[in-house]
Amino acid sequence: MGSRASRLLREEEIEEIKKETGFSHSQITRLYSRFTSLDKGENGTLSREDFQRIPELAINPLGDRIINAFFPEGYFVLVIFREDQVNFRGFMRTLAHFRPIEDNEKNKNPATEPLNSRTNKLLFAFRLYDLDRDDKISRDELLQVLRMMVGVNISDEQLGSIADRTIQEADTNGDSCISFNEFIKVLEKVDVEQKMSIRFLH
Amino acid sequence: MELFFNPFDNLVCILLGISFTVWFTLLLVFIIVPAIFGVSFGIRRLYMKTLLKVFEWATLRIERGAKEKNHLLYKPYSNGKIILGNICSKDEEIKEIRRSGSNKDLDSATEFELSDIFYFARRGVESIMDDEVTKRFTAEELKSWNLLTRSNYNFHYISLRLTVLWGLGLLIRYGFLLPLRVTLAFTGVGLLVFLTSVVGLLPNGRMKNFLSEKVHLMCYRICVRALTAIITYHDSENKPKNGGICVANHTSPIDVIILASDGCYAMVGQIHGGLMGVIQRSMVKACPHIWFERSEVKDRHLVAKRLSDHVEDKSKLPILIFPEGTCINNTSVMMFKKGSFEIGATVYPVAIKYDPRFGDAFWNSSKFGMVNYLLRMMSSWAIVCSVWYLPPMSREEGEDAVQFANRVKAAIARQGGLVDLLWDGGLKRAKVKDTFKEEQQKLYSKMLVGTQEDRSRS
Repeated sequence: MGSRASRLLREEEIEEIKKETGFSHSQITRLYSRFTSLDKGENGTLSREDFQRIPELAINPLGDRIINAFFPEGYFVLVIFREDQVNFRGFMRTLAHFRPIEDNEKNKNPATEPLNSRTNKLLFAFRLYDLDRDDKISRDELLQVLRMMVGVNISDEQLGSIADRTIQEADTNGDSCISFNEFIKVLEKVDVEQKMSIRFLH
Repeated sequence: MELFFNPFDNLVCILLGISFTVWFTLLLVFIIVPAIFGVSFGIRRLYMKTLLKVFEWATLRIERGAKEKNHLLYKPYSNGKIILGNICSKDEEIKEIRRSGSNKDLDSATEFELSDIFYFARRGVESIMDDEVTKRFTAEELKSWNLLTRSNYNFHYISLRLTVLWGLGLLIRYGFLLPLRVTLAFTGVGLLVFLTSVVGLLPNGRMKNFLSEKVHLMCYRICVRALTAIITYHDSENKPKNGGICVANHTSPIDVIILASDGCYAMVGQIHGGLMGVIQRSMVKACPHIWFERSEVKDRHLVAKRLSDHVEDKSKLPILIFPEGTCINNTSVMMFKKGSFEIGATVYPVAIKYDPRFGDAFWNSSKFGMVNYLLRMMSSWAIVCSVWYLPPMSREEGEDAVQFANRVKAAIARQGGLVDLLWDGGLKRAKVKDTFKEEQQKLYSKMLVGTQEDRSRS
């Protein structure tokens, strides 16, 4: 019988997620249905393998980095077999970064920044580059991410010069790394709200 | 206690005897005899219309129930696009991102920028929210409820009346329809095995072919009734002829029964053990089907040779092949394997589209075994589908097998109203090949490197 969700989402949970992420009721139920269809083990959590089963994500050059963004910090160093799992709340919290920013939200309580604010969107992108999560992008990390994006098609030297140039342009305090603030500064003219948002059909 | 039962014993026996006789007579008159002659009383269509009305009523009740509680219903999207997709190509997108970030001259400014990652991040998260492939391997979601528990997502809004209706439906389906269908299924299969063995004893010749055709058609028609399949055939003038290959999209093993009850085909497949094996061995006595041993399946040349030998013999029946190689959920058509398109025979494409409101025909082989699947089929309301015979196609000059396969696939998808995908159905079980990722990397590199050349020129 249970071809559908082994556990239905309770109303209170939907309300909590709504408050935390800003998704609407129908969007949350739709994404829950998506979550359960990805959850092949039917245990209410997703593993990295569940994500890698999506072909369009598997062929994305930065697929692994994006998958990594879903899994909470702190597990990174200790887990050798990478058996960490993400539950639906965590799933929604990460997806919330890509919600479009609506005008009426800009007037809300400024003390708690919504997950889809410009700063948080930039933080998501910054963390894709920052492999060891030490809050700065070193030349080495930049090189590694560049290598993921271009594959074998560009030589080490060319890639090195691209990385050097990029760091030179962004680095203002001379430590040969890009900090989050320097990252924000470099991208201040980019329309982040639009480029890092996914519009939903209702 | 024993005294109490005796008078009732006789009565019960008599009643049982009468009801069995009545049942079998009805079975014979209304189902088996029409199957033999290929006529229909139209009972099934009437049944279908009644069911539709009931389903609409049920959906209205659920909507009303939800409105009373002031909640939003879970509304599935049948082709499931939850995202307003961006239709720009990758190049245009990255240029767009850059344009807004710099005020330099466009042509020389396409070098690497930190914002390039936005494109990959967004595409990645979009595919996590919704992708075109993984949803093809699970059953399609329905817009209105069809009184089957297995397809209900809003069941906390059911009123008493609806529950009663559902209970009634359960009783009818499991108490009446299921035993009826199982009996028919056994009759159909039993007759098939028996009669094809009998026909197989005859010497080869026109009489044998004629009888074999009649026998196959009759037994498949009984099986069709065993599933309460209501099939509409379109464009029968394009039916496959001898010496051709018939290709169709694959949703379930029932596809074979549906096509074979309207025409005679030579089946292709691997020899199984057990009941399937018995059926296969007796079928091949009456007319030449192509069965492979397990070891022969791997040898592509052997397979191709046997198929081409068969099509060259114009007295043999058209071959029936499902080039997707696996069952897909009938919302899309996935990559066709090129083997059958290399042989050079005329291809007769057929599109099969099931109506999921009456019972979902998709076989999710990772979830259900064959017997479980058949039981689910036989306890659904009905299997309703449309079959379109498309005009024959041949490989054109300068077209290779893959292009030909894609052309046929596009025609089938267009006719059946299905989404035409390039992805391989094998992704149901296997991982995607690394070559696709390498292609993506190459495209991006071209953007970066290409501009380096421009720079050195200027």
